[in-house]
Amino acid sequence: MLILTCPNCGIAAEETELSPGGEAHLHRHGPGSSDGEFEEYLFLKENPRGVHFERWRHSHGCGKWFHAARDTATLQVFGTYSAQTTEPPQHIRDAITAARPGWRWRDFS
Amino acid sequence: MKRYSVFAIAREGLRYHQGWERAWRSPAPQKRYDTIIIGAGGHGLATAYYLGKNHGIRNVAIIEKGWLGGGNTGRNTTIIRSNYLQDASAAIYEKARSLYETLSQDLNYNVMFSPRGVMMLAQTQHEVRGYKRTVQANLLQGVATEWIEPARVQELVPIISISGPRYPVLGAIWQPRAGTARHDAVAWGYARACSEMGMDIIQNCEVTGIDRDGDRVTGVQTTKGAIACDRMGIVVAGHSGLLAQMAGFRLPVESVALQALVSEPIKPCLDVVVMANTVHGYLSQSDKGEMVIGGGADGFNNYTQRGSFHHVEETVRALVETFPMISRLRMLRQWGGIVDMTGDRSAIISKTPVRGVYINCGWGTGGFKSIPGSGWAMAELMAKGEPGPLAAPFSLTRFREGQFIDESVAAGVAH
Amino acid sequence: MSTRLAQGGRLIDRSRQVSFTFDGKTFRGHPGDTLASALLAGGQVVMGRSFKYHRPRGAVAYGVEEPNALVNLGEEGRFEPDTRATTQEIFDGLVAESQNRWPSLDWDIGAVNSLFARFLPAGFYYKMFIHPRAAWKHLFEPFIRRSAGLGRAPRARDADRYEHFYAHVDVVIAGGGVAGLAAALAAGRSGKRVLLVEQSGHWGGRAVVDGARIDGKEAADWVADAVAALDAMPNVTLRTRAMAAGVYDHGYVLVHERLTDHLADKSGLRQRLWRVRAGRIINAAGALERPLSFAGNDVPGVMLASAMRDYLVNHAISPGDRTVIVTNNDDAYRTALALHEAGLIVPAVLDARPVADGELPERARAAGIRVETGRAVVRVKGRSHVTGVEVGLHVGEGSVLEEIACDAVAMSGGWSPVVHLWSHCGGKLNWDEAQAHFRPDPERPPLGADGTGFVRCVGASNGHLRTGDGIADAVAGAAWATGADAGKAPAGEDADEGALMPVWLMPQGAGVKLRAKMWLDYQNDVKVSDVQLAAREGYESVEHTKRYTTLGMATDQGKLSNINGLAVLSGALNAAIPQVGTTTFRPPYVPYTLGAIAGSAARETFMPLRKTQMDSWHVEQGAEFEPVGLWRRPYSYPRLGETVKDSVAREILNTRKNVGILDASTLGKIIVKGPDAGRFVDMMYTNMMSNLAVGRCRYGLMCNEQGFLVDDGVVARLSEDTWLCHTTSGGADNVHAQMEEWLQTEWWDWQVYTANVTEQWGQIGVVGPNARKVLEKLGGMDVSKETLPFMHWAEGELAGFPVRIFRISFSGELSYEIAVPAGQARGLWDAILAAGAEFGMQPYGTEALHVMRAEKGFIMIGDETDGTVIPQDLGLNWAISKKKDDFIGKRGQQREHMVDPLRWKLVGLETEDGSVLPEGAYAVAPGDNANGQRNVQGRVTSTYHSPTLGRGIAMGLVERGPDRMGEMLEFGAGADPVRAKIVDPVFYDKAGEKQDG
Repeated sequence: MLILTCPNCGIAAEETELSPGGEAHLHRHGPGSSDGEFEEYLFLKENPRGVHFERWRHSHGCGKWFHAARDTATLQVFGTYSAQTTEPPQHIRDAITAARPGWRWRDFS
Repeated sequence: MKRYSVFAIAREGLRYHQGWERAWRSPAPQKRYDTIIIGAGGHGLATAYYLGKNHGIRNVAIIEKGWLGGGNTGRNTTIIRSNYLQDASAAIYEKARSLYETLSQDLNYNVMFSPRGVMMLAQTQHEVRGYKRTVQANLLQGVATEWIEPARVQELVPIISISGPRYPVLGAIWQPRAGTARHDAVAWGYARACSEMGMDIIQNCEVTGIDRDGDRVTGVQTTKGAIACDRMGIVVAGHSGLLAQMAGFRLPVESVALQALVSEPIKPCLDVVVMANTVHGYLSQSDKGEMVIGGGADGFNNYTQRGSFHHVEETVRALVETFPMISRLRMLRQWGGIVDMTGDRSAIISKTPVRGVYINCGWGTGGFKSIPGSGWAMAELMAKGEPGPLAAPFSLTRFREGQFIDESVAAGVAH
Repeated sequence: MSTRLAQGGRLIDRSRQVSFTFDGKTFRGHPGDTLASALLAGGQVVMGRSFKYHRPRGAVAYGVEEPNALVNLGEEGRFEPDTRATTQEIFDGLVAESQNRWPSLDWDIGAVNSLFARFLPAGFYYKMFIHPRAAWKHLFEPFIRRSAGLGRAPRARDADRYEHFYAHVDVVIAGGGVAGLAAALAAGRSGKRVLLVEQSGHWGGRAVVDGARIDGKEAADWVADAVAALDAMPNVTLRTRAMAAGVYDHGYVLVHERLTDHLADKSGLRQRLWRVRAGRIINAAGALERPLSFAGNDVPGVMLASAMRDYLVNHAISPGDRTVIVTNNDDAYRTALALHEAGLIVPAVLDARPVADGELPERARAAGIRVETGRAVVRVKGRSHVTGVEVGLHVGEGSVLEEIACDAVAMSGGWSPVVHLWSHCGGKLNWDEAQAHFRPDPERPPLGADGTGFVRCVGASNGHLRTGDGIADAVAGAAWATGADAGKAPAGEDADEGALMPVWLMPQGAGVKLRAKMWLDYQNDVKVSDVQLAAREGYESVEHTKRYTTLGMATDQGKLSNINGLAVLSGALNAAIPQVGTTTFRPPYVPYTLGAIAGSAARETFMPLRKTQMDSWHVEQGAEFEPVGLWRRPYSYPRLGETVKDSVAREILNTRKNVGILDASTLGKIIVKGPDAGRFVDMMYTNMMSNLAVGRCRYGLMCNEQGFLVDDGVVARLSEDTWLCHTTSGGADNVHAQMEEWLQTEWWDWQVYTANVTEQWGQIGVVGPNARKVLEKLGGMDVSKETLPFMHWAEGELAGFPVRIFRISFSGELSYEIAVPAGQARGLWDAILAAGAEFGMQPYGTEALHVMRAEKGFIMIGDETDGTVIPQDLGLNWAISKKKDDFIGKRGQQREHMVDPLRWKLVGLETEDGSVLPEGAYAVAPGDNANGQRNVQGRVTSTYHSPTLGRGIAMGLVERGPDRMGEMLEFGAGADPVRAKIVDPVFYDKAGEKQDG
């Protein structure tokens, strides 16, 4: 039963207030993309046992989407941040590095 | 190996059971095998068994990180059914179900397959249409199902309330030869049979790397040393992504928690398995008398084997509404398993970009019921290097092509 | 035989009597008695039968860990099985019945299993009943199933109510013994919000029974003072009969509180499930005593030493005149001393240790009690109650040195900390060699959201078995939990204890015959020999052994048996206990009702119900409803004597002939507004929506990124920068969520605002040839064909109501959909009905709606689509823009399988004889596929009897269907497949002449 702090409204939200939305920082591939790119976009999701970046919606709260950096094996939350970004902000990466030195996720470290 | 029978029990009983042998050997790994199966769960063991039995491939090692059968094989709600809508699913699940019918005799190990019947309740007009369609499809697929009216539902399930205030029972799809089996026994029975064929089951041996020569697999690195092989099957459910990464390819799979619970045991009151997909719950009674309850999966990636309680709450609330008498039973134990979900919620039995490496994963919530069929199809794929008709639709490439095997069409959840 | 002593019993109120029945026989006890203590007081030692062998059993424990004394409790709507007699408090009129026996507790046919016990070892069923196959189904399995279970199945609906309660606290303390109280006092003084819960009805735990002293006071007095002090703290909440059931991630704790289970008056709320968010959790749940494994350790009258002491001190229960004590530690001597002080005889203390010279053994000796060291119980004599013990050397093989006659045996194998709450979220354990138990490893706690430990065990649950140590540990725990200085810990004193000696088999060289009579798991009849058999057969992991033997899977979930079983397994494997490991602890700590989990959301409040403004009118008309998402909508309005089928037909014919009225309020309505709104709706819909003129409507399709059609509806442009998107009734919330998702996570720089205004508007369909006449009669707006043409909308006042009128049609008839502010919807509805009366207006429901749309060949989301269908399959290419570079789903629709010319496409289907095609039927093709399944070439998606045409009509998806008009297909298999012709899907008014009236 997770608690994630919604960066939009500042509330430490119960999991029952939230809706999970899968992997964060997806790059949308539309018309013109190759079959491989489109497959990657829709199906080849990150599934790490450890540090993961993911999307959540404060659906029974302010209604806003946000991102969370979370460990899928311990459920430790390294931080939450705005969904309006294409990569994890530095302070989130620093927080992860402090707890999980040497972590990598896709192109981020 | 000693055959199991009532006579063997009687003989051993007279000498206080001092003469029983090990059900399976526990050897140290050899330097190389023709074939390595990673993962000694139900699917991995069944793959090995049918490699030996159907294809004569017996120089096989089954490598297991923990204890055999210690993953989802031993933490599911033991339902076996094949009333699937899509041809590909119906074929492999019906193959599995029909193998379950004679599995105890094949393995000389009583897996207690109990074809007590599975019913899926229709509680909305949409479900009525979906299940009637499934019955029509099953008719042509050779899967024996029928549509039954509420009165028949009540007759088969005396404890059900068919006139709930929100979701009255409008009918059901009924598969009389579906049912349950003793989940642990399936793994143990296959393990014993594999061991008897001379295969090595190597427990407590974690794979730490996969060796390749170019695009071809040559062996594995493990916590018990390097083991060479020509052919490898990865059959590790929730950990498939990690193994695929070691082998050098990616999978369209995400791992999430799926929960179940049992009540304290009571005298028999429910002879069939009932699934209520509108309210995401299903119920059966075990041979010990416990009411076995399963629910929906969590929506976020999770490797903890602990799900979120509100899913349990939602499931229980719905089932109390449908089966009012369970309200005063107590929850004895709740637990979670990690299931591997693909983009269309159907499995993958496929070649991979690495020559000699085959993958069997993505069973999601349908893993236990498919074990014999999955093992059968995977063994054929590994033995021939090409998929047979059972495995062919479950290829890794289908996501790119958009050729889904989508079962959510007929039901909100599939278990 | 047990009985009640004339003196003592700290919990019972001897001034009052309580009357209850057990197996129909009337018993009397006192307030403060549990069912078990009251039965013991009445001489009823046998309380149940075991699961497998049906052996007679008495209470072996005092609390929640009891595996034997389980009863059927109550009657009718208050009946429940498997209730622990040891925790059920008695009340006047309580009705209990023993379980798993027939015909009676004393004469149980099932006990015949016991005679064949040697042929029913662990896992016997895996090796038997394999041949013949039919016998398993028809003979063996039904027999095994009939043998299943303990208590009776309830029949009636639960007569009680339950609720959930939400709490947010800084510290939860589980356990109201002296450690929990000391922790609560320290935490309470810090000012933090503290919740202290105790599962029983009493504070103080063991210390008050065992006569410890705290800060110079009797433990009982200190406890009373502590509770009073805590009561006075406004930041501290205290609850008894409240069991901390489970710890979940991020500090989520479930507490199960019993409110009326101990009362005769059941009128109030029965149970409450506390859903607590806690910053820190202190587990002060104490420790559980372990049985010793000697032959006959399950005979009624054999009891845990501490349990016997509890019954004696709390309820003045004499277990019998003569009680033999058998132990491997000093603590059990307290029982010997207590019995002795009560005037009962302790013929001997049999201590397995070679030496016992601690304070307590010496006190026993001084009291004249015979203490024998290095001794073991070889076998307990007696069947339905203890008659004596055979004594031998503990280091020996079971030669009998002596027989001692006795009525009861008190056993103690040492104590195991209750670490469940520590372990639920992954806290790890260390093996403590000296005390022979697992205790929490402080270096490996369960981790919370911040990556630090959020649970701490204190007192006995942390392995501190002595009062002083435990209290000091608890106060340190409070300091950890609050981050504040906890001050000086109260000083606890109790007798000094010598070292325990681990004893897992008694005597240690016992042969196989004795081992087959040593019970580990009482309820499931798992014996030492069973665990050894499992090990011999290769079931070497704890999980294998547990599952193979069913050890620890009974209703006590291994509270008594796990450690003993594990030790036996490690002995059989010749491995150290910590190497063999321990099984996972799963919630709940003690089983609690499913009713409490469901809470108050039962029956009518089971789920929220969405009703339109017209709902009460529908009810008055006797409408049949159907659920649509959380909404309910009228399915049809049958009149007296009409079947639903009749009424649907009448509604359709009347609408086509005169005029119908439809409550369309559930229709989804989403406002999309802003400078970039046009660009945005172009992305959301497959068609071009940005070029829709203000005042116009356009039918639109929404796909997901895969390309599959997910929703449809009419879009109206309200103003230069505002679009109103109508969605399906069930789809509004999802569509709105999807829009927000794209806006917030992909195109966050676009200036678009969305709002789901579904509930802000009522929507009324006036449909049929007379529709215009009705509106004209209401007056206020020009609704003529010229002013308000098809697929236009207008705003104005209709009969004084502010409305928007949309000229759209889902039936093919002249149709006006009138949107009105929700609060005025019922008023307008009534006004329309009044105006429509003279034109033959009748209401119609969703089924008539569905049939009429099918007659017109309109698709229905969920019928023609199922999540695998793209718009191109449905002949909707006209609604897919070719000008747009991009829309959601465009790329997905370009994939190999989506452009396959053999995809199934929408057609109409007509049977030769006018009958209705079966729902969901498939069109067969010649031959079988490689898996032996019949080949198919299409399927029915919608099928109805059309009252308008007087025959069956259907729509379906057929391979290359539109190219095969006029071909016959066969649907279904078997003896009589149904033949149907491929036709145009528009069955009614192909020219579209009706829509303008």
